[in-house]
Formats: sequence, structure tokens, C-alpha cells
Amino acid sequence: MPFNLLVLACLTYVIFLFLVAFMAERRAEHGRARWLRSPVVYTLSLSIYCTAWTFYGAVGYAARSGLEYLTIYLGPTLVFVGWWWILRKLVRIGRAERVTSIADMISSRYGKSNALGVIVTMICVVAATPYIALQLQSVTLSFGVFAQPGTYAWMIPDTNSTALWVAGGLALFTILFGTRNLDANEQHTGVVAAIAVEAVVKLVALITVGIFVVWFVADGPSDIASRINASAIADWDLLPSRWAGLTFLSAAAVITLPRMFQVLVVENSDERFLGTASWAFPLYLLAMSLFVVPIAVVGLGLLPVGANPDLFVLTVPLSQGQGGLAMLAFLGGFSSATSMVIVASIALATMVSNHIVMPLWLHLRPAKAVSGDVRRLVLMSRRFSIAAVLGLGYLYFALSGGSAALAAIGLISFVGVAQMLPAMLGGIFWRGATRIGAAAGLLIGFVVWAYTLFLPSFGPGAILPLDMFLNGPFGIGWLRPRALFGVEGMDPLIHALFWSLSFNTAAFTIGSLLSFPTPIERAQGLAFVYVFDTERAELRGWGDGLAEPESLLIMAQRILGDEPALTFFEEQARAQGKAGYLPDPSPAFLAALERQLAGSVGAAAAHAMISELAGRARVTVDDLMRVADETAQIMEYSSQLESQRAELERTARQLREVNEKLTQLSVQKDAFLSQISHELRTPMTSIRAFSEIMMEGGMPEGMSEKYAGIIHEEAIRLTRLLDDLLDLSVLENGTVQLDLKLANLSELLDRSLRAAAQTRPEREFLIHRDLPAEAIFLRTDPDRLTQVFINLISNSRKYCDATRPELRIAVRQRGGRVLVDFIDNGSGIPKDKQALIFEKFARLTDQTRAGGAGLGLAICREVMANLGGTITYLPGQGGAAFRVSMPLRLEKPPLAEAA
Amino acid sequence: MLIEDEPNIAEAIRFLLNRDGWQVTTLGDGGVAEAEVRARRPDLVILDLMLPGRSGLEILQALRADPATAALPVMMLTAKGQGRDREAAERAGANLFMAKPFSNTEFVAAARSLLGTG
Repeated sequence: MPFNLLVLACLTYVIFLFLVAFMAERRAEHGRARWLRSPVVYTLSLSIYCTAWTFYGAVGYAARSGLEYLTIYLGPTLVFVGWWWILRKLVRIGRAERVTSIADMISSRYGKSNALGVIVTMICVVAATPYIALQLQSVTLSFGVFAQPGTYAWMIPDTNSTALWVAGGLALFTILFGTRNLDANEQHTGVVAAIAVEAVVKLVALITVGIFVVWFVADGPSDIASRINASAIADWDLLPSRWAGLTFLSAAAVITLPRMFQVLVVENSDERFLGTASWAFPLYLLAMSLFVVPIAVVGLGLLPVGANPDLFVLTVPLSQGQGGLAMLAFLGGFSSATSMVIVASIALATMVSNHIVMPLWLHLRPAKAVSGDVRRLVLMSRRFSIAAVLGLGYLYFALSGGSAALAAIGLISFVGVAQMLPAMLGGIFWRGATRIGAAAGLLIGFVVWAYTLFLPSFGPGAILPLDMFLNGPFGIGWLRPRALFGVEGMDPLIHALFWSLSFNTAAFTIGSLLSFPTPIERAQGLAFVYVFDTERAELRGWGDGLAEPESLLIMAQRILGDEPALTFFEEQARAQGKAGYLPDPSPAFLAALERQLAGSVGAAAAHAMISELAGRARVTVDDLMRVADETAQIMEYSSQLESQRAELERTARQLREVNEKLTQLSVQKDAFLSQISHELRTPMTSIRAFSEIMMEGGMPEGMSEKYAGIIHEEAIRLTRLLDDLLDLSVLENGTVQLDLKLANLSELLDRSLRAAAQTRPEREFLIHRDLPAEAIFLRTDPDRLTQVFINLISNSRKYCDATRPELRIAVRQRGGRVLVDFIDNGSGIPKDKQALIFEKFARLTDQTRAGGAGLGLAICREVMANLGGTITYLPGQGGAAFRVSMPLRLEKPPLAEAA
Repeated sequence: MLIEDEPNIAEAIRFLLNRDGWQVTTLGDGGVAEAEVRARRPDLVILDLMLPGRSGLEILQALRADPATAALPVMMLTAKGQGRDREAAERAGANLFMAKPFSNTEFVAAARSLLGTG
């Protein structure tokens, strides 16, 4: 097996993964990714639980300690089969609160406390960095096996360059596909697709090696059974304490490991997937563990004494001259390592960015307003965090590479992240759990873990002096790291697990009982503990109407991006029964916005940002009583009653709306007639007065021409008014004849710009266009659409009050619709007028009588309705901004059919 | 003084009154009208009902509220010509109400009658 061929295969495989991720992202963008969000892909993505440590290490583990390796698979199996209601609750909370990471979840539960977020982030980084180093090491070692044929021991190749290349490549992949979307709830489709593929590769690889070993090296299952009986594995004794401890540990780790939380909760797109995962994931684990013992037993018999059992998966096929099979095994191990590193670095980077970088930035920035593009900042900080996490992993590997410390780090890391278990489970099942308790438990557990397990793992004399192991710090015997309180003879791992979690749980419980939760903490506690019941009992902590919707929109655009923010605001406005993009800043809306922002920057940062615009959230005792009452009520009444009431309310509201609309219509009709009268009489007055003057005769030279000119001008104005009125009535009745054909949007805009240039031709206008985006063929009525465009451009030419007027025309496709935005750099339209401008005769100022009677936008609105589209005012764009939206392919006139 | 925002109508009225021997000052904006009336002290104010800046009714009410201008003759012009507008103008203290479009002779006669009685 030439080494170069291996490198080539490796590169090909990596390119293949890039393609898979890229295609998945592309399909997701076009909304065709349904199969990517399936229970199968979800279950496969969970398999990042099986890292290189389990892929290679399980065989070594079995060779050394017999069946004990099974505990690593047993814990998760118990959780998925027996306690999947815990997972369901976690997933439900994660989706309801738009949780971005395990740190975000704990921070959010305990009153959006960022201090807790920082503590959890710190624990995760400390516990997971060595784990990442372990993956880099496994890839380097497996390379080494191929590079130096005939070696069966731990051999590090000459340089660390392999690990460096792997770390760099992984950083690139993770940054490319892990930080494309900001909102973590939008999920990393590409990454999940790639790790699902890797999950299949590693399973196939291990099973293929297993089959080879059982049926080709040995003579089938019976031969294997006899070999097991003859080997040392059969002599293994079950240690109940270690067996139970390890099972519990792996059960805890499967929900608290940052990378598991990422795929289990954050990347979950449907709660029902858990149902499939609850049986399919244990089956996957079973398949992964099936051939572990046979490979171990055959490896022990086949290879020389002293060969490293951790590499049997590779070295057994190699020793039989099966280069291709070894290559497959290598790719399996490579998949296990890379998928773990990718997801772990995304999860850690999200935490570091949301709980350390963002709060620092919020705190340090000079101006109090949210300025600049926060989205870019967040993405950059995540990218740097990914690079930093992987860099840290590489550094750790380079400094401690090949040591026994690294090989043991898997379980040590498990104990580290298990420290989050009390705060997490307590948080979702116990209302009385408080911030103080959680912080105390986490910190104490972390310290005990570091002192009894993590630091000693470097070996006596490495970090902790040898003397401390023997006699305790300062000679205090009962503080010896491996024998706290004089408890000796315990397995070091179980010893650390027992003491760290005991102290942790005790501190958490006592701290919670003795401290008093803040109001937000109480509210969040209710929301978490009663996540299945309290959907309607929303705590309205935000004051009413304090925030300006437009500044909220500007902030949201900077964090979520323009389009998603506008879409969200539009939805919220529609839910409030308002048209346009600006909902009332009601407490319910602010709470929804906060959750939306939390999906991007974490609960604590989102809360702080909204506080700045809306004032501090005030949660009174009354509010809490109300929530508690409502919660109790809802638990009493059946949900059916609840929905009936909602139905009745909805009907009543609809009736009220219809009634209001009828009254309004009648008032509108009167106002409309009066307006028409005014608009007709005004030109008539000039015509009558001047024609009478001319009839009397005796005019000086030149005057009669001038007056005839005025009469002519006013007559044309009158005609145009009548034309507009007629046009409007035809459009409103839906009796308009549409002339549908294919038209190039770019050409329509060209034509409109040329025609509109006649309006105030003396003005120099700078037009920004996006020609590639405009190259769209629309099926519509081109003349009618041009009419709308001309109107908008002319309006801008007339009313844009900037000294250097500019107009930006932005084109975008969303689903089967085309959006064309016209945005100028003038002072825009005041908020109170935005609802008015599409009404008939709604001229804002009478200063510029450049023709028309204030019917232009009303006609535009009717034209767009006839073309199956809309025209709306876009607030918060820094000038007057209109959005025209229409279907890409208009099939038949929608209104004419209804009429 | 003529306060009318339609330039063509203002032009017509100015011509008619000039020919009849009047001095006419024209204003197109309601916002500054009240101050201009105080400064120039015209013999007659012809006021359009719908004006940019400030409506004719508001200007009229302001003028009537001040003793210095309370007795100033005011002719109200409107293109709406609805009964409601006429009532509102008369309540606010307009001496005469004229609907657009008007006959030139009637208009000049009305202006003269206002000056005669005022």
C-alpha cells in the first residue's frame, strides 16, 4: 500500500465530502432538502458520538479490559430507549427558546445570566480541546501505520505536519459550511449531510473489517468463540462499581457533550425524529460494537506481542496483505475523527462567540446604539473562534502528542462535561433551581474534576508534583488527588466521577435552596419546567410601547440580515392584524423578537440588546402571579376548551373587523366624491376664468397666447385625471384585460428609466442597478408593470430631497416570486404617513405640482394586485423605499377570475 | 391680498382684479399667510380653503380671534363646494363664500361689494 496512494485517496474523500456538503446546502437553499431533514439523517448525525476514540479505541479497550468497552455504548442506549422523554423535553425547550448551545441553554434557564454562559463555555473548552487533540492524534497515527510498514506500535511520524494539515483542512471545512447561516436554528444542512455520509462510511468500514476477520481470517463464529475462550479476554472480571459508573458516565455524556447537544437539540428540525432515533441510534451503536471483540481476539493472536491493540482495525487487514480493506478502515477512522472535530468546533465556537466575544463587544463598543453590521461581526467572531478552537486542539496535540495522557482523555473529558448534568437536569425539572446554585455546582464540580482527574492525568510530576500524589497538598493526607477524604483503593476515574458529581450536586442543591431567584429566572424556570404546558402563559416582561419599531427593525436587520428581519417583522405585523413591516412594540412582539435574536447571538446578548432599546424588562410580582395562575388554569382546563375559546374570539374579531371595514368604506366613499369634486373643479376654475377673459377680447399682444396655453394645460390635466380615474375603476373592478407575455426584467427597467427621465429632467440622478440579478424572464403584463416602475422612479425624481439624489434598484428571487426594491437616499416618508400613501388622492405635500392628482400609487397598488403581486413601503432603509413583489410566472389574471 | 396655491387660478384672479383697478399681492403658502396679512394690512383677503402649510379655515379663525384683524373682509374660495364647507367657513367668520369655478363678473362684483360694506 503506497503511502502516496493513501494521501491521494484521503484527498479524494475530503473533496467528496466538500461536494456532499455543498450540494446539500444548494438543495436546502432551493427548498428541496426534505430528505436531508429526515429521521434517518438525524439518527446518522447522532453517530458523531462514535469518534476515532471509539472506532479504533474500542478494539484496544476490549483487548485490554474485555467487555467493559460495552459501557460506552450501553449508557447512550439506556438514555435513548429508556429516558427519551428527557431528550424530548430538551429538544422542545431548545426549539421554543431558540437555544444555540448547551451554554446558551443553561444561561437562558437561569435568568439569561451570561456569567453562567461563560462558566459552561470554559468547562466545555477545557474538556473538549484535549478530545479534539485526540482525534488529530488518531489520524496522525493511522497515517503512521501506512508510512512505516511493519510497525505495529504507537509511532508518531517524523513531523507533526499531518496533524497540522488535518487541522487546517478541518478549519476550512467548518468555517465554509459551519458559518454560512448566522441563525443556528436554520441549521447547518451541509455539515449534517457530510457527517451523515461519514457515519455510513465508518459503520461500513468497521463491519467490513469484522466480516473479514470472522469469515476470512478465522473460520466463522464458532472459531471466534473458541479463540475468545482461549484468550485473556475470557479471564476478565466484571467490576460492578466501574461497570455502573462508566454506564452512568456515558449516559450523562451523551446529553452534555457540546457536540452531542449540537446535533441532538440545535440541529433537530422535527421533534418526531427522536422517535426514530430512540430505536435506530441504539441499533447503530450495536452494529458498531458487534465485531469489536472478534477483531481484538484475532489481533491478539495474529500480531506480535507488544503491537498496539488500538490500531488492530488497521494492522490486522494490513498484516494479511489486504491494502484495500485497510484503506477502507483508514477512511472509517478518518471519518470518525473529522466528523467529531467539525461538530465539536462549531458547537464550541458558537459558545465562545455568543458568551465571550459578543458580550465583550456589547460592553466595550463606544456608542450605545447597535451600529454597523453586527451579522458580519458575529460571523467573523465565529470563524475566528473555530480557528482558535482547532488551533488550541493542534497545540495541545503538538505539546503532548503520543503520551498516554492523550489516549485516556476520552473518559476524562466525559467526566468534565458531566459536570453540567445537575444544572441541566435540575433546570428542566426543578423550578427552585437558581443561578447561584447552578454556578456553585458547576464551579465546584469543575475544580474537583480538574484536581482529581484532569491534572493528575498528565502524570505525577507533570503539573501536580509527585509529592502531592503521595502525601497530599501541604502534607494534608485527606486531600490527596487520588484519595479524597482518605477513600483509597477506588478506581481513579470512578473516584473523580463520584466526588466531583457529589460536590457538584450538593452545591447546586444547597445553593438553590439558600438563594432567591430573580424575576427573570423565575419566569425562565417556569418556561423550562412547564415547556409542554405553558405555551400560552407567556411572561410579558417588556414594557408596552417603549421601543420604536423602526429602530428595532434596524437592529434586527443588522443581526439577522435584511431579508430575514423584514420577513419576521412582516409576519409579526400580520399576526397583529397590521399591514406593512412595522408591528406595534407590544410585550408579546418584543418577547418573540428576543427569541429570534437569541437564535443568532444567544439569550443573554439578545436580552441585553432589547433592553437597550425597550428599557429594562420589568417583571412584577403580579406578572409572576398571572403566569403562575395561567399555568395552573391551563393545566386544569382541557386544551379543547382553550381552542374553542380561541375560535370564538377569532370569529368575533373577524366580525368586528368586517363591521369596521364597512363603516370605513362608507366614510371613504364620501371623502372620495368630495376629493374628485375638488380635483375636477380646480382645473375647471382656471379654464373658465381665462376663457371668459379671452371672450371679452381686447387683450394685449402675447397675452392671449399665454392664456390659451394655460387653458390647454389645464384641459390636459383634466383629461389625465379622468384617464387615471377610469384606469383605477377598471383595475379595481378587475375587468382589466391583461396582456401576458414573457419579458426581460432588465429591459423593462431600462424602458421605465428612460420614460421617467422626463420627470424633472434637470435633476441628475445616480442609479444603482444589479444587472446580473435583473436578468430574469417574467411572465406578466409588461406594459402594466412598466407603468408601476415609471411611477415609482418618477416619484423618486420628484420627491427625493437629497442634494445628490441616488436611486438603488435591487432585484431578488424568493421562492417563485420576484422582488424589486426601489430605494432612494432622500429623507423617506414619515411613519405616520406610510399607511396613507397608497390611498387615492394622498399627496403628502402640495409643493411640487408636477402633475397627477395623487392617484399614482393607488393605481400602482391596483396594477400589482391585478398582476398577482403587491407593492409595499419598506421602512428603515435610510430613504423612501418601495418593494414590488410579483410571481415569476403569472398564469392567469387572478382578479379577473374572481370578478 | 390673494392666498391661493394654484398658480393658474391665482394668475386669473390677479388679472381680473388688476383690470378692475386693484393692487394684488399673491401668496401660495398657508403657513406664512397670517403674518403677511398682519404686516401688509390689505383691504380685502381672498382665501383658498385648501392650502399647503395651514388650511384657510385655520387662518381665518386666527384672524378673527385677533381684534386688530377681526373686522377685515375675507372672501373664502373653495373647490369642494359642499354645504358643509360653506357652513364651516361662515361659522369661522367669512364674509363671503365663493365656489370654484366662478363667473368672472360675479367674482369682481363680490370683491367690490365686500369693500363697499367693509
